Amino acid sequence: MKKLSILISIFFTLIACNSDDDFLERPPTQVLTSEQAFSDPAQVLSILADLYSRQFTLYNLDNWQSMGDFNEAFYAQTQDLANQFHSNSTWPFEGINNFWSTWDYTYIRELNLFLERIKDASIKEDLKERFAAEARFLRAAYYFELVQLYGGVPIILESQTYDFNGDPSYLQVPRSSEAETYDFVIEEADELASILAADADTKARATKGAALAMKARAALYAASLAKYNNARTPSLSLSGNEVGISSAKAEEYYNKALSAATEIINGNAGSYALYQKNPSNLSENFAAIFYDKNANPEVIWALDYLIKYKTHYFTGANQPRFGAEEEEGGALNPTLNLVQEFELLDNTFAPLATVNGNGEPIYYENQEDIFANRDARLGGTVILPGSSFKSSPVDIWAGYQLSDGTIITGTDRGDQRILPGQSVEQQVVGFDGPVAGAVQNAQMGFYLRKYVDPAPGSGQRGIRSEVWNIRYRYAEILLIAAEAAFELGQPAKAAEYMNQVRARAGFTIPLSAADISFDRIVHERRVEFAFEGQYFMDLKRFRIAHEIFDGVTMDVNDLKSGIGKANKRSTMPWGLWPYKIYNPGSENHNKWIYKEFLSNQVTAADNWQLGNYYSKISDETLSSNPKLVKQPLQ
Amino acid sequence: MKNIAYIFLLIVFGFALGACEKDNYEPPNALLSGKLLYQGEAIGLQYDRVSYELYQDGFGKTGPISSTFTTEGAFSQLLFNGTYKMVVPRGQGPFLWGEDIDQADTLLIHVNAETEQNIEVIPYWLIRNTTMAATANKVSANFSLEQIVTNNLARNIEHATLYVSKTSFASPETNIATAMLEGDNITNLENVALQLEVPEMVPTQDYVFARVGLKFIGVDDMIFSDIQKLTL
Repeated sequence: MKKLSILISIFFTLIACNSDDDFLERPPTQVLTSEQAFSDPAQVLSILADLYSRQFTLYNLDNWQSMGDFNEAFYAQTQDLANQFHSNSTWPFEGINNFWSTWDYTYIRELNLFLERIKDASIKEDLKERFAAEARFLRAAYYFELVQLYGGVPIILESQTYDFNGDPSYLQVPRSSEAETYDFVIEEADELASILAADADTKARATKGAALAMKARAALYAASLAKYNNARTPSLSLSGNEVGISSAKAEEYYNKALSAATEIINGNAGSYALYQKNPSNLSENFAAIFYDKNANPEVIWALDYLIKYKTHYFTGANQPRFGAEEEEGGALNPTLNLVQEFELLDNTFAPLATVNGNGEPIYYENQEDIFANRDARLGGTVILPGSSFKSSPVDIWAGYQLSDGTIITGTDRGDQRILPGQSVEQQVVGFDGPVAGAVQNAQMGFYLRKYVDPAPGSGQRGIRSEVWNIRYRYAEILLIAAEAAFELGQPAKAAEYMNQVRARAGFTIPLSAADISFDRIVHERRVEFAFEGQYFMDLKRFRIAHEIFDGVTMDVNDLKSGIGKANKRSTMPWGLWPYKIYNPGSENHNKWIYKEFLSNQVTAADNWQLGNYYSKISDETLSSNPKLVKQPLQ
Repeated sequence: MKNIAYIFLLIVFGFALGACEKDNYEPPNALLSGKLLYQGEAIGLQYDRVSYELYQDGFGKTGPISSTFTTEGAFSQLLFNGTYKMVVPRGQGPFLWGEDIDQADTLLIHVNAETEQNIEVIPYWLIRNTTMAATANKVSANFSLEQIVTNNLARNIEHATLYVSKTSFASPETNIATAMLEGDNITNLENVALQLEVPEMVPTQDYVFARVGLKFIGVDDMIFSDIQKLTL
């Protein structure tokens, strides 16, 4: 028996050796070589799709925390987050939670590899050209993000390979100047605009329109940096001009921005237009720009999402809390600082009227009356008390005020108390808040509307939202043209462009050329693009951040004065709380009053340091590449 | 058999004890400390704002040990003996240092046991003769201002502010009350007066800390007077 088993094993060993001949030669079934990957258009497209999905944008829907900084919103999600943002007077040089940093040269290397490999791809020439142009577009877009954060960065346009000779210095590229980096982005965009097809229906891939929009924005940013850095913050400079652009170049850049924007406006890149599908409800119309993905003429380029495949939880985090699809929401509360910036329809600025000239409260019949006759974008950006979302009204009120001024309120959303002269408990605070100190409710008296998805299920963890992240839209092109025209001394033209955007927001009196000023330009961008991530760069490129966040505490008078000024102080986030009057028999019974509110979690006044204008290059990066220079004033 | 197991355990234990000595490095124990001084006078700063960097060459990649000066403008680090380079990054601090005043922009420090290294700087302005008093929940401060840098690098005053805090970290970041005088409104540099009312404190305490800060246009960091504890 034993002998037999030995014989059998010898036999099997022998035949096993026989069939091993080609074993080591067999091609792997799970890994594609680059030749194989680049031999089929569908494969190449999927590689490109990966590169698209990794596009970097500082402010994005996957990362809603990034959207609310600079006291445009209050962080009501957790105490921890509120502390990070509101009890800290300054920003670290790399931003809170490292928000302002990215240094992803791996991504650039992969884009460079893609561009090198596609040259030898065995696919049709016209496809090859398009794919290559798209990869170049993504690379320019990433360099554009880098230059916004860091100023000049090393520009690497080939895949570097280490040759293991012990000396990596040939791989170390120094920073280009800030102007050179912007020039690279502008030139790439300019060239790509002539390669890419004009197709206004393609939103998630690079088109001629997207390239021109990138050119316009980059040129505008470079122009304003050239103009305002030298005028306002001359101490921000480095000897190699890694930061800082010569003021002599401002005019040239403004001209480039204006010409690129005009090309889109003239329709050379396809038929883009302002979104105006719902003229009867302008607030809803404005909100719909962000969630209507069906033939939306406004969107030029977007980071797209699709249910089941790629979704985000922005709506879940920020939806009104009461009756929400998930027991959470209200993470970002827009602040009064932002809300009061929305103009009255007669083109004037005014704080929300809470008291009259004698300091007595103003009584409102309906809750939303205080917001009447304002810019329609207010209702499209913010969920106001008295309005509704997903066709259910929000319930935002802070308590009852009695005739003697005492306030009766609860400590939790929808709490009940016994009112004087009654025997049964009744609700004394809204189911949506505000409750001071409690998380996830309308602590500022408002909820966020922009980018919050009205589709059923969007606030549910199992479904989530497919609202897209708009990178460039037509209204920005108009405002770029307006700003560039204004800076080039053509205020009439500027007024014409700006009035188009304002007409969509419900303004019937157009601004005249004489009305256009620096403050107007900054203000229009702030309200049009609130929570879209542009405000951060506007603060930086106009060099106004250190005046707005000057570290001085704000009282109510401070809050209400100077609305519409570009450098108005905004060091603390203020809220606006509605109260119901309880005074049976009086004419004011059940009317509404409003009070400005400062959370006791706001313990510090924000102070922007000059060193904050450029993100910190990490010590690790600096020590790996000794040719990099440090940022100024850090 | 059981004995062998015990002996074995004992040996393992012995090795474990001995291993500690082999594996662990000596902690750094040389103390480097010093102060920012102007003609022997200490410079008051905000907590955790003005940074300095220490470098040591010769150990692979070069990166800084970064830290910040205390509110009295002092610093201290536990280091290994050796030669270090110290810099205050350009633009940090309400003072001039290094290149701006024709000095070397790097301090070479030989650290050996206890080393003290003071840094001479030239502040833009100084707050002098500060007197503070508290009566009936009111804090008042009187001081004079002296401009030190008067050449083309001179800076104007943006504001002078009195900060009152529950803790000794009286600063723009932690305070319960402030009184501010804009630079344009300062008329008599010899006698500047600031006054404020102390708000209600929860929990109550019968003392506060007060400090005057001076901000210059175009300079991030402020210069401060001494911190004083006042009994209400």
